[in-house]
Amino acid sequence: MNLKLFLKIIRNYGGLTTAWLQTLSCKRQVVFLLFILIVSPFSWAKEALPVAENPEIEKRMIALSEELRCLVCQNESLAGSRSDFAKDIRREIREQLIANKSDKEITDFLVARYGDFVLYRPPVRTNTMLLWFGPFIFLLIGACVLIFYLKQRRKSLQESPLSNDQLKQAETLLKKSSDGDST
Amino acid sequence: MIRYLLPLAAFIILAVFLLVGLNLNPRKVPSPLIGKPAPVFKLQQLHEPEKILESKDNLGKVWLLNVWASWCASCRDEHPLLVQLAKSDVVPIYGLNYKDKRDLAIQWLEQLGDPYTKSVMDTEGRVGIEYGVYGVPETYVIDKSGIIQYKQIGPVTVDVLEKTILPLVKELQG
Repeated sequence: MNLKLFLKIIRNYGGLTTAWLQTLSCKRQVVFLLFILIVSPFSWAKEALPVAENPEIEKRMIALSEELRCLVCQNESLAGSRSDFAKDIRREIREQLIANKSDKEITDFLVARYGDFVLYRPPVRTNTMLLWFGPFIFLLIGACVLIFYLKQRRKSLQESPLSNDQLKQAETLLKKSSDGDST
Repeated sequence: MIRYLLPLAAFIILAVFLLVGLNLNPRKVPSPLIGKPAPVFKLQQLHEPEKILESKDNLGKVWLLNVWASWCASCRDEHPLLVQLAKSDVVPIYGLNYKDKRDLAIQWLEQLGDPYTKSVMDTEGRVGIEYGVYGVPETYVIDKSGIIQYKQIGPVTVDVLEKTILPLVKELQG
């Protein structure tokens, strides 16, 4: 790109800085802008995230927390949420994993405090029976209705043989029309 | 006739279910801790950090545990009610200052009044996890033998206080 054009864009970009930039020579301007380019990535730095000391633990923690609901932001998992609550629980899970607790022990720990609601997969209990088996019940009802309907339909489509009276009637009608044709 | 009534009936049933579902509060998650012993804690007191308060110190009396923080807006809403309740001297309220800074918490209490018999600090929110706290403010009614009898998630309202908490406290004290 044309250097002068580039400088023009940059000059038009800021307020005070540009006014100051214009007092510098072209060469100095380039040096200054290069300096800014090199330095700026450091200003993007944020507070360092806690370093996962043990990638194995971190992997298990994430796998576990993906199965758990964040109670503050209910449509997010504990793994995906950035809320303080989720951070605390993740820390708790991490610590318990380090303390050699099994996945089940940890979920039990959380269920004891927050209830079954933290689990994305609710356990099969008497009050969750409908949730687990309801769809199958509906499927069964649907299947019954379908079978019933199809049977009815087949019955209604079956050709019922004509009774004697109807046969006679038909014959006379046919005769009449054929008579009519011949004349 | 039934041809038209059946879909209508199905629609009405579905509509009723959806309507009920709409009016349920998804934040109202029943706490599994009700009827269970209140988790034990041993925490520094807010005003005198050199002193420790243990949950077992409160055995033998009915008490309320109110989880609050100076950064929590709805705590400010319920606060006047707590101050009023504290004045009536019906039941002691203990404050659990949750994930807060000590100086901010003290300043908050100086400004808005201090309804708490004693306040403790849970700076890292660990006791909060034990108590299943996820939305401050939360208030627990704990009986003489240290069993959690009720949990209010969100601010205590006049309605909840008069219709649920106070009758329960009276019954437990009785």
